[in-house]
Amino acid sequence: MLAKRIIPCLDIKDGRTVKGVNFVNLIDAGDPVELGALYSEKGADELVFLDITATHERRKTLAALAKDIAQHLNIPFTIGGGISSLQDVDALLSSGADKISINSAAVRRPELIDELARNFGSQFVVVAVDAKLMNGGWYIHLSGGRIPTEIRLLDWVKEAESRGAGEILFTSMNHDGTKNGFANEITARVSESLSIPVIASGGAGQMEHFYDVFTKGKADAGLAASIFHFREIEIRDLKEYLQGRGVAVRL
Amino acid sequence: MSTAIIDYNAGNVQSVLFALERLGVDAVLTGDHDIIRSADKVIFPGVGEANTTMAYLRERGLDELIRSLTQPVLGICLGMQLLCEHSEENDTPCLGIIPQKVVRFRPEKGEKVPHMGWNSIRNLENGVFTPNLEGDYVYFVHSYYAEVGPYTTATTDYILPFSSGLQKDNFYATQFHPEKSGKVGAAILKNFIAL
Repeated sequence: MLAKRIIPCLDIKDGRTVKGVNFVNLIDAGDPVELGALYSEKGADELVFLDITATHERRKTLAALAKDIAQHLNIPFTIGGGISSLQDVDALLSSGADKISINSAAVRRPELIDELARNFGSQFVVVAVDAKLMNGGWYIHLSGGRIPTEIRLLDWVKEAESRGAGEILFTSMNHDGTKNGFANEITARVSESLSIPVIASGGAGQMEHFYDVFTKGKADAGLAASIFHFREIEIRDLKEYLQGRGVAVRL
Repeated sequence: MSTAIIDYNAGNVQSVLFALERLGVDAVLTGDHDIIRSADKVIFPGVGEANTTMAYLRERGLDELIRSLTQPVLGICLGMQLLCEHSEENDTPCLGIIPQKVVRFRPEKGEKVPHMGWNSIRNLENGVFTPNLEGDYVYFVHSYYAEVGPYTTATTDYILPFSSGLQKDNFYATQFHPEKSGKVGAAILKNFIAL
């Protein structure tokens, strides 16, 4: 049976891991390659590295980091953050990244999804989506959640799928950093409206939250950062708990 | 002991090279016919689309070369599918080394396609699969699969049971990515190198 995936997310700035709580207040939490290998050892199914560096040297640094990670990691990983061109993606994939994630750049120019899927294959293209519940509707936000748009979440994820996205990484900005649980209801609607896998992100605080997002939220994978980085939840314990409650996991 | 990984501009063949490096295996990524022909082991990796990949192989004569190989060959993912007879992906005639059809997953109850993530391997038979790996999880990303048949050496359940491993003579194949499958994948690569 296909296992539900547990994915730690590592935010990267200038080659170091950091974590934003509600996208602000960054705290340094270690070396990405070492931390990645450690997570693989502990039972993580996959890793996401999100680069938040904003310098012009970024592309070269990130490709070097991707290669370093690929050499040391024996599980799949995704690299995202500020990716906006075929050249960015080419550099990352040829360095050994398994998938890349695009976010704002895809909203600003949706054809980017088609181009990436055509050139590299859908399985490489994760479309990350930050959305916020406002006046009863879920709306896409850009640039790490700072810029609101009038694009509706379900419209956008369906468009992303039809243009060739291989997977959706959905973050609820209302839940991110709260540790009160994932946005299960809307995650289920996103998942049920698509035929590609959905990674749920934002709000994990307890092991039960993962059970909820896999059952009520119909998510294929659950992503979290600080609870893993600060060892509030050990991945092994989480997986044993999920298996005990009848969720298929890789142990 | 030399290992050649067939380089044909498919995505992410680097990962296979890195996985072998982690095992201390000296491997070379190459499209050179002589190097491939004289290697002790050949790995035929693959991520991409069947039709364009077959066209690429034919243009470079790699199709004939692969068919003629007599040393152990390991096809991975698309590499496995191309060892088969025919793929439903853009109605593509493949290498025809393993008489087996490759078809697309047809969801029955809203299952996702591609089949992406970790799933278990069962009914393991000889070759690269040792009995201790029965039921272990490995990493898959694919929308097409080889049906279960006389050359099946491992099965996995997704919508229906399919071939996650195949073998015919010196040709071994895995639908999953051993290079991305943690310790289990490393053990399978090690078994192949030790053949």
